[in-house]
Amino acid sequence: MNAREEILRRLGETPAEPAAYAAIPRPYLRRHHEGDAVELFAERAADYRAEVRRIPGADLPAVLGALRGHYVVPDGLPADWTAGADVVRDDPPVSIAALDALDGVITGCAVAIAETGTVVLDHGPGQGRRALTLVPDHHVVVVESARIAADVPEALERLSPDRPLTFISGPSATSDIELSRVEGVHGPRRLTIVITD
Amino acid sequence: MSTDQRMAGAARMPTYVGMPAFPEAARDAVRDTRLRRNLTHATTTIRAKRAAAVSELDDWAELRETAKRIKDHTIEHLGHYLRLLEEQVTARGGTVHWARDAAEANRIVTDLIKATGETDVVKVKSMATQEIGLNEALAAEGIRAHETDLAELIVQLGHDRPSHILVPAIHRGRAEIREIFRREMPGAPDDLTDEPARLAEAARTHLRERFLKAKVAVSGANFAVAETGSLVVVESEGNGRMCLTLPETLISVMGIEKVVPAWQDLEVFLQLLPRSSTAERMNPYTSIWSGATEGQTFHLVLLDNGRTATREDEVGRQALRCIRCSACLNVCPVYQRAGGHAYGSPYPGPIGAILSPQLRGSSSPVDDSLPYASTLCGACYEVCPVAIDIPEVLVHLRSRAVHGRAEKAAMRFAAWTLRSPTRLAFGQRLAGAAGRVLVRRGGIRRLPGPLARWTDTRDAPVPATETFREWWEKRERP
Repeated sequence: MNAREEILRRLGETPAEPAAYAAIPRPYLRRHHEGDAVELFAERAADYRAEVRRIPGADLPAVLGALRGHYVVPDGLPADWTAGADVVRDDPPVSIAALDALDGVITGCAVAIAETGTVVLDHGPGQGRRALTLVPDHHVVVVESARIAADVPEALERLSPDRPLTFISGPSATSDIELSRVEGVHGPRRLTIVITD
Repeated sequence: MSTDQRMAGAARMPTYVGMPAFPEAARDAVRDTRLRRNLTHATTTIRAKRAAAVSELDDWAELRETAKRIKDHTIEHLGHYLRLLEEQVTARGGTVHWARDAAEANRIVTDLIKATGETDVVKVKSMATQEIGLNEALAAEGIRAHETDLAELIVQLGHDRPSHILVPAIHRGRAEIREIFRREMPGAPDDLTDEPARLAEAARTHLRERFLKAKVAVSGANFAVAETGSLVVVESEGNGRMCLTLPETLISVMGIEKVVPAWQDLEVFLQLLPRSSTAERMNPYTSIWSGATEGQTFHLVLLDNGRTATREDEVGRQALRCIRCSACLNVCPVYQRAGGHAYGSPYPGPIGAILSPQLRGSSSPVDDSLPYASTLCGACYEVCPVAIDIPEVLVHLRSRAVHGRAEKAAMRFAAWTLRSPTRLAFGQRLAGAAGRVLVRRGGIRRLPGPLARWTDTRDAPVPATETFREWWEKRERP
């Protein structure tokens, strides 16, 4: 008997019981805060030491144009967002070593979560492959207000498991030394969140 | 227990070589004042923060109850959900492997790495690979596994053992970490201070090249969604993202109990885990992927290693709900004093005391002692985000542990004494007299004869010089 058969035999006859699963009560809240999700998102993201800015969409080129250094942008990022910035397009793909030498990356996002101050990338157009937002030391992410979900359940409803997903809450951090939080380990050490209306 | 079962135990999760049973191991740990100071500092800090993070959610109790029910349902129908997971991961271009025990899992991972021709792999912190002793198995085959989680790196560089589920180097203070880095980390800066930010930066620099060059990574998984074939890794530092994203080949080793039925179940666990574990609303990074992603080769190793046997026990199986948050360690008065090493397995603390003996399924002095490594105060049950009644399982496992003939005789004698008021009064007077003889420095450190077994692991209380009954008789009446 191979390992698969033996493990399944040990587990016995366990047919699907969709009714039993569906009967699990879910009395928890769909969201913890009513009211302005954008305000809450800005506050919560800042709690985790992201640099947060709220600006009118029209100001985006000026704000991104003010970034100093070389930034990479993924395919599908609206060109007018970075009209004022010195950017490298990830097409053809920039090598990992070259990404490491850049100053940062500018992307959009799929969804954001107000309650937890989280940005979620599904690595679709305007967000780039996963390495793009990992290797450069500064991640600038543009969050359009409509993408902000109130809480975790709503965010997951909006996301597709068919895509790779990266949830980002603040810059990289560790609590491994005496359980106190320190920002800045292997992921980007700076996270800037630009919220547009 | 048959020889076969014993062998099965040995192939599962090895007890650390030369590991004494809990009481002996704990005695040394309790005497280590620096260890106690480090542990007290770290666990006290996290307890307060966790309480705040949890109290933010008014529906914590409902989330917890739902999580418990989802896990119980999954464990009940585990065969079905594992088949579904396999089907979905395969449909999305991944390859699924099954391992009955540690040896088989190590063999699978070793062969997969050898097939790539690589001799160095990067690793994301994973309890499952700790449990099976993967790093040691790989080393025996000439493959170097580089731990990339900061705490795991501290443990690996310090030639040490993990002592906490979340923070394996919790027993080390910042000054010790600095010393380890300066001694063992090639290229560590000469002026390295013990500031946590500087230490984290040293780790970043040390591992950067390794990440960018790595061809093969090994990870665990926090959750796997059966209906979508999605794997979830929850982390803080970005070392997880580095390992999951950059290498061409990714091998994830996952205990079979980590599966959850559906996508919507993540909405429960992604709220419970970060708050209960690192006391954050959300951990810095969570990666979710379904099958082979962005051109990567993806292997999933499903690990039994005593889990199907644990599932057989109606009371003990609730240990399989565990999501490895480590909240139970941080509140445990025994853990706080004894530290993680005393538990003799990668799973320390209250959850380790019920998980290790069940997973190993063997009868050894260490495993027999673990269910007693608790005061049954119940704090662990209270904080558990999936409501594992750890005290209930401890008591259940105590009843299964081997009790010596002397212990049984002593219990029968105690019952005989307690049944009669005359015998009890005589016994109390005798104890009072004996106490006056035995007391040293305000306490009884060692009882004579066979009773010394009792004081091997604890001080005995000094019996009162006068019993309550005697005082009652003599007291002045109004």
